[in-house]
Amino acid sequence: MEDERSFSDICGGRLVLQRRYYSPFCREFCLTCPRLSLCSLTAVTCTVWLAAYGLFTLWENSMILSAAIFITLLGLLGYLHFVKIDQETLLIIDSLGIQMTSSYASGKESTTFIEMGNVKDVVINEAIYMQKVIYYLCILLKDPVEPHKISQVVPVFQSAKPRLDCLIEVYRSCQEILAHQKATSTSP
Amino acid sequence: MGLVSRGAAAAGLGAASAVVRPGPPDAVPNPVPSPPPGGAARGSSRVPGMVLKAFFPTCCASADSGLLVGRWVPEQSSAVVLAVVHFPFIPIQVKELLAQVQQASQVGVAVLGTWCHRQQEPEESLGHFLEGLGTIFSHEPWLQLCRERGSKSWSCKAIRQQVPVAPGVPSEDQVMLIFYDQRKVLLSQLHPPTVLPDHQAGDAVASSGGLAVVFDTVARSELLFHGDQYDEGPVRLSHWQSEGVEASVLGELVKRASGPVCLLLACLLSLVSAVSACWLWKLWPLPFIRSKLSTCEQLRHRLEHLTLVFSTQRAQSPTQLMRKANMLVSVLLDVALGLMLLSWLHSSNRIGQLADALVPVADHVAEELQHLLQWLMGAPAGLKMNRALDQVLGRFFLYHIHLWISYIHLMSPFIERILWHVGLSACLGLTVALSILSDIIALLTFHIYCFYVYGARLYCLKIYGLSSLWRLFRGKKWNVLRQRVDSCSYNLDQLFIGTLLFTILVFLLPTTALYYLVFTLLRLLVVTVQGLIHLLVDLINSLPLYSLGLRLCRPYRLAAGVKFRVLEHEAGRPLRLLMQINPLPYSHVVHTYRLPSCGCHPKHSWGSLCRKLFFGELIYPWRQRGDRQD
Repeated sequence: MEDERSFSDICGGRLVLQRRYYSPFCREFCLTCPRLSLCSLTAVTCTVWLAAYGLFTLWENSMILSAAIFITLLGLLGYLHFVKIDQETLLIIDSLGIQMTSSYASGKESTTFIEMGNVKDVVINEAIYMQKVIYYLCILLKDPVEPHKISQVVPVFQSAKPRLDCLIEVYRSCQEILAHQKATSTSP
Repeated sequence: MGLVSRGAAAAGLGAASAVVRPGPPDAVPNPVPSPPPGGAARGSSRVPGMVLKAFFPTCCASADSGLLVGRWVPEQSSAVVLAVVHFPFIPIQVKELLAQVQQASQVGVAVLGTWCHRQQEPEESLGHFLEGLGTIFSHEPWLQLCRERGSKSWSCKAIRQQVPVAPGVPSEDQVMLIFYDQRKVLLSQLHPPTVLPDHQAGDAVASSGGLAVVFDTVARSELLFHGDQYDEGPVRLSHWQSEGVEASVLGELVKRASGPVCLLLACLLSLVSAVSACWLWKLWPLPFIRSKLSTCEQLRHRLEHLTLVFSTQRAQSPTQLMRKANMLVSVLLDVALGLMLLSWLHSSNRIGQLADALVPVADHVAEELQHLLQWLMGAPAGLKMNRALDQVLGRFFLYHIHLWISYIHLMSPFIERILWHVGLSACLGLTVALSILSDIIALLTFHIYCFYVYGARLYCLKIYGLSSLWRLFRGKKWNVLRQRVDSCSYNLDQLFIGTLLFTILVFLLPTTALYYLVFTLLRLLVVTVQGLIHLLVDLINSLPLYSLGLRLCRPYRLAAGVKFRVLEHEAGRPLRLLMQINPLPYSHVVHTYRLPSCGCHPKHSWGSLCRKLFFGELIYPWRQRGDRQD
C-alpha cells in the first residue's frame, strides 16, 4: 500500500511524504525535499563571476577567470555530492531494526541501520532554535550496559525538517510497530 | 504421511493461509490459525508472535531442491541458512557431517527445513517427499521454503509442533526472508568488533548481538564450505564455494614462500637490533647525540615496524593482520619514494649543484645576521638602547657568527662528499631522507639556537631578579617553605641596595628584551620549518594505506554495519529483504587503523607556550623518547 501527501517544512518549502506499507510489520516513509532552485544557482554563479571579473580588471591576469570557472564547477559538484540532500527515507521493520537513508542530489546514498535491540523509543522532541520553536522526531537508544538509561538521541529527517503534522503521521505509524515489538520481545 | 494426518485432525480451525500448498487431491490443506497473542514464552525456544527471520544466501536461490542446513538462534527468532543438501543423501551421513562441523566450529549447525525449487522440478510428488523429511530430521520450527513455478514469487512457512492453542495442531509463524551474499558476509569484518561470549558456554548470545550473530555464524562455518560440487564426498552441498573453491596461484606461492623469507629477514633484523643495542653505543657522548638526532629515532621506528612485520608469529586477530599489512605497505611506499628521490638527486649532478649552493647560502645567512646585529646595536626601530650593554651583547654575538663562518669554510671541501653519501641514505626511505634534512637544518642553524639560549637565559635571569626585587620594593618576600608571598621587614641597607639594583635592572630591560625577542623569533622560524618536515614524516609513518586501499577496492571487507533493501513485494507473499554490507567511512578507517607515530608532537598548549615565552623559559618544541637534556 502506497500513498503520497504534501506537507511543508519549517521554512515553508514543499515536502512530499510517501508512505509504503509493505506488510503489517514493515513500513517505509520517504520525504522528498525541494530541489535546487535555478534562481539561487544563477545568483551564486553571477556573484562569483562578477567578483572574478573585478579582480581581472585589477590584475589583468586571465588565470583569474579560468580559476573562477573552475571554482564554480567544483563548488557546484561538491555541493551536489556532499551537501544537497534530495530524499530522506525511514524504514522500520519489526524485530529487525530502523534504517535511515539520505540520498544526495548526485545519487550518493548514506545509510544508517539501528538494530531493534538498541532502540528504546521513538519520540517527538521540541527544541528552541534561535527565535523558532521546532519539532523533530528522534530515536532514543538504549545503553547496552544499563537498559533503563538513554545512551544516545538520533534525530531523523534532519535536512528535510518537516513540520509537526508530518511528524505526527510518522510517529503514529512507528509507535504501532514498536508497541507490537515490545509486546513480543524477550528482553525487558 | 505424518503431516497429512495432522492436517486432517485440525481441519476447520482458524483463518485460511494465503499460501496455496500443492499436494495430492485427497489431502486437506493445513489451516493456519492466527498467531497466538503475545504472552509468556513457552519452552526455551519459543517467542510467540515474533516474526521469524530466515537469512538465505543468494547463491542458493537457484539451487536444486533439498534440505536447508544452518543455525537457529532462538532469542531473535532467526534462522541462518548456510547451505542446501541435495538428493540423494543418506540421513546418517548428513547427521555425521553436521556433528563434525559442530565440533570443529562450535556453531550449532542443524537441519532447519526443506527447500523446494519448483521451477526445476518436473514432478509435484517431490513436495510430499520433502514433507516426510520433517519426521527424520526434527527441528523446531521446521522451515519450508519454496520457489514457485512460472512466477518470481517465493513462499515460506515455519511450522511448529508445540502449540499452546490445541495440542497436536501445527501452527505457522510469519516469516520474513532476508537474502545475504555469503561470500561478502564471510570475508567482512564488523567495526567495532563485537565480542560474543564463548560458545562452549552453551550458545548463549547477548540480545544486542543481533546481526553480529549472522556474521559470526557464517565466518565460523568455514568447514562446511570446503567441499565443492565436484567432490566425491557422501553429501552434496550447495553454498558459495560449490562452483569451485576460491584460490589463487599467486596467493599460494606467497604463502609458501613467506615462511622461509620471514625467517631469514627476522634473523637479519635481530642481528641489526643486537648490533644497535651493543654496549659501544652507550659510551658518552653517543647516547646524547642519538637522542638529539631525529634520524636515529626514525630508523629505530622503522626497525621496530619491520621486526613486527617479519616476525614468525602469525597474527592473532584481524586487527593485528591489518596492522602488519599497513606497516608493510607504508615501508614499501617509503622505500619507493626514497628511490625516486635518489634517482632524481643523482641525475644531472644535482648533488654537486646543491653542495656548491650550500656554502654561499650559509654565508648569506651569516651576513644577514650580522646586519641584524649592527641594526640592534644602533637605534633599532627608533628605540634608544643602553649603549654599553648593547655594545657588549652585540660584539659577543658577532664573534660567535665569525666563529661559525670559519667553521663552515673549513668544512666546505668535504661538503660534496658528505652530501653524496647522505643522499644514498634515501634508499632506506623518504622518511629517513626527510629526517636527515631536518637534522641538517638543525646543524646549520645551530648558531641561532645558541643565540636564542643566551638571550633567553639573560632575559630569564633579569625577569626573576626583577620580580624578587619588586617584592622587596613593596616590603614582601617569597616564602620557599610555604610557597607563598609573605611580608618581611628589611633593613635600611637592604632596601637601599635592593632599590638600586631594581632600578638598574628596569632600565636595562628594554635592551635585553629586544635581543631576546629577535632571537626567539628566529628560533621559532627554524622550529616551524623543522616541525613541517616532521609532520610530513609522521604522515607517511602513520597513514594506513593498506586499509584505505582495501576500503576503495573491496569495501565489503570493512563493514560499519548492514543496510536493507525491500525487494519486489506482492500482497499475501512473505516480505523479502536484501541485506547488504554498509562500508566504513574513510575517516573511520583512518581513525581505527592509524599506526602509532613517533610521538614527537608538541606538548604545549598555546597558553603555556605564551607563558613560557614571557618568562624566558626555554621551549623544547618536541620531546624525543628519553628526555631532552638542557
